[in-house]
Amino acid sequence: MIGNFPYVTVAVSIGCGLYILMFQKNLIKLAIGINLIESGINLFLITLGYRKGGVAPIYTQAPAGKAMVLPTPQALTLTSIVIGVATSALVLSMAMMIYKHYGTIEVDKARRLRG
Amino acid sequence: MKEMSKIVKNITKLVYGFIIIFGFYVIVHGHLTPGGGFQGGAVVASAFALLLISYGQLEAKKLLKVDIFSLLESCGLTAFIVIAFLGLGTTFFYNFLANSGGWFGNAVTPGINPGDMNTAGVLPLMNMAVGLEVFAGLGIIVLLMAEGAEYTNKEGEHRNDR
Amino acid sequence: MKKIVFGIAFILFFSFMLVSAINMRPFGEPTFSEMDDYFIKNAQSEVGANNVVTSIVFDYRGFDTLGEATVLFTTISGIIALFRRVNK
Repeated sequence: MIGNFPYVTVAVSIGCGLYILMFQKNLIKLAIGINLIESGINLFLITLGYRKGGVAPIYTQAPAGKAMVLPTPQALTLTSIVIGVATSALVLSMAMMIYKHYGTIEVDKARRLRG
Repeated sequence: MKEMSKIVKNITKLVYGFIIIFGFYVIVHGHLTPGGGFQGGAVVASAFALLLISYGQLEAKKLLKVDIFSLLESCGLTAFIVIAFLGLGTTFFYNFLANSGGWFGNAVTPGINPGDMNTAGVLPLMNMAVGLEVFAGLGIIVLLMAEGAEYTNKEGEHRNDR
Repeated sequence: MKKIVFGIAFILFFSFMLVSAINMRPFGEPTFSEMDDYFIKNAQSEVGANNVVTSIVFDYRGFDTLGEATVLFTTISGIIALFRRVNK
């Protein structure tokens, strides 16, 4: 009996990500916040498709007589994970280039023109 | 990025091939077991990352070339689109090989079965194409970020500004 | 001043999310599942794959995968352009 605990986990994870995005100025911390929000959304999609006592929707030597969980949210989560990896790689590369260009990765100090 | 100690290098030499073979196993069996193109590609790219951090950037760049990875990635995406276009007799993305009796064309017995490699139509081909694209792409990301970390952390030297 | 406004907005949003998370439908009982039941029942005869998730990713919803592969390709092109050295 875990009740609605997965939904609460999703809300806390997205809340932590939003807090970081609102109140922090470091670019690496902002990337961490974006990743937290993204993993919260992935967990939410997976949670919506769970069926009580279900097994993974794969017929190769599956245990007999059990229900299968919904496969569509899992497929869309797979798509979402790969896009998240791509965007976080781009964000971190841009942070590296900003550090090289300005010498800092604080957002409000990296505004002045240089060179 | 410097090279690590002798223990890490020898273990890497021992384990490197097995990680790549496991990744290709996950890619090829994508229509039977958990996994598929994306997951297997990520496993293969993790082997490249292990080689990079244990041998250092200069040694690893003799083995892993960005140009070859770029070519492989373009080939993967092109193969995916070409396979999707091959079913254009009916619709885009039509599975024209499934249940046809030819390549990957056996019909499966409904219900729980031990699994047959020769089924599922164009799905194994698409898995291979996407796996090629994903491992080449993640390898490019790992290589370029290591190289960028080499020349972006020099304090006081801003010659390369744009 | 800005921090106070941000804090009030964050607390409001977070409490909304918590309340709606507690009032969600019970965990483990999907409300609408006709499409997924169709996929689970017919994927073996229509596509011929044992893995239903792969048959959805590459066959029923192939356009999603095409767009996703394009996003990955575009991102890697962007990273190559970002780390390109000019005066080499």
